Amino acid sequence: VTADRQQEAPERFRSGLRAGIGFGAAAFVVGISFGVVAEPLMGSVAPIVMSAIVFAGAAQFGVTSVLASGGSAATAIATGAMLNARFLPMGVAAAPALRGRRLRRALEGQAVVDASWALASRGEGGFDREALLGATVPQYPGWVIGTLIGVVAGGALGDPEALGLDAIFPAFFLGLLASELRRPRAVPTVLIGGAIALALTPILPPGLPVLLASCGALIGLRR
Amino acid sequence: VTEVWITIGGLTAATVAIKAAGPLIVGSRELPAGADAVISLLAPALLTALILTDTFARERDLTVDARAAGLAFAGVAVALRAPLLVTVLVAAAGAAAVRAIT
Repeated sequence: VTADRQQEAPERFRSGLRAGIGFGAAAFVVGISFGVVAEPLMGSVAPIVMSAIVFAGAAQFGVTSVLASGGSAATAIATGAMLNARFLPMGVAAAPALRGRRLRRALEGQAVVDASWALASRGEGGFDREALLGATVPQYPGWVIGTLIGVVAGGALGDPEALGLDAIFPAFFLGLLASELRRPRAVPTVLIGGAIALALTPILPPGLPVLLASCGALIGLRR
Repeated sequence: VTEVWITIGGLTAATVAIKAAGPLIVGSRELPAGADAVISLLAPALLTALILTDTFARERDLTVDARAAGLAFAGVAVALRAPLLVTVLVAAAGAAAVRAIT
């Protein structure tokens, strides 16, 4: 089985890469919308640096909206960390498939982003390391270059909401969700997770309802 | 502007730590069977929550606005098995069109 897997590894990396080109194109468009939204608040350099070293769209939009509404850096960081908290369970799921010593594993774990993780998750808890890495490779330049273009062209593009750019992120996630629905018990999970998120939104700070919606996955424990 | 750079530094540290935590804690151990079932359902749960809060939340208020129209357009694109890039562009165009009319 091990030899078999090693033989397949380059092929699985390439198939991840192919899927990643589509994700990368979407990340490029979402990145443009981030650049457009962030530039008036942060100037030209900071949004690009943020995309290059944070590389997490939802959290970047989250901190931008906190800072724009007058929130402090501490509040913004806490919000961004909560929005990124989903990478903790995702990293736990990916961990057994990663390779090498602790530092190497921690480094490979940085490749976990929503689209790649969803693609690399196999049924029954299996995880495809090569598909994860392959799918993330095109998304990084897509995200950073998209941000750069959004920053530069932002003024010329006009109001991001008039262009519907705020509808891009949920559409991106919906496209990813569609491929998840085939999993056993995915539909009840969606209903429970969605109900949790909506019910908690008026009560808790942004980010926490999303994190707590992950409890919907506990339905997997039912026999 | 300093707030922005502090935020970038702090968010970078937090994100790297969060992503590193799973691989460092779990290491190369196989997860128990029950954990597998739960973990494979994390993606649908988290994606659903992100879709709903990105579409219907304004801070702590729930509202229905042009973003919902964008999501509906995205839903149609997904149902027609459109590629991801087409789906996001259709959603943006749909939301923009609704804003232009209303």
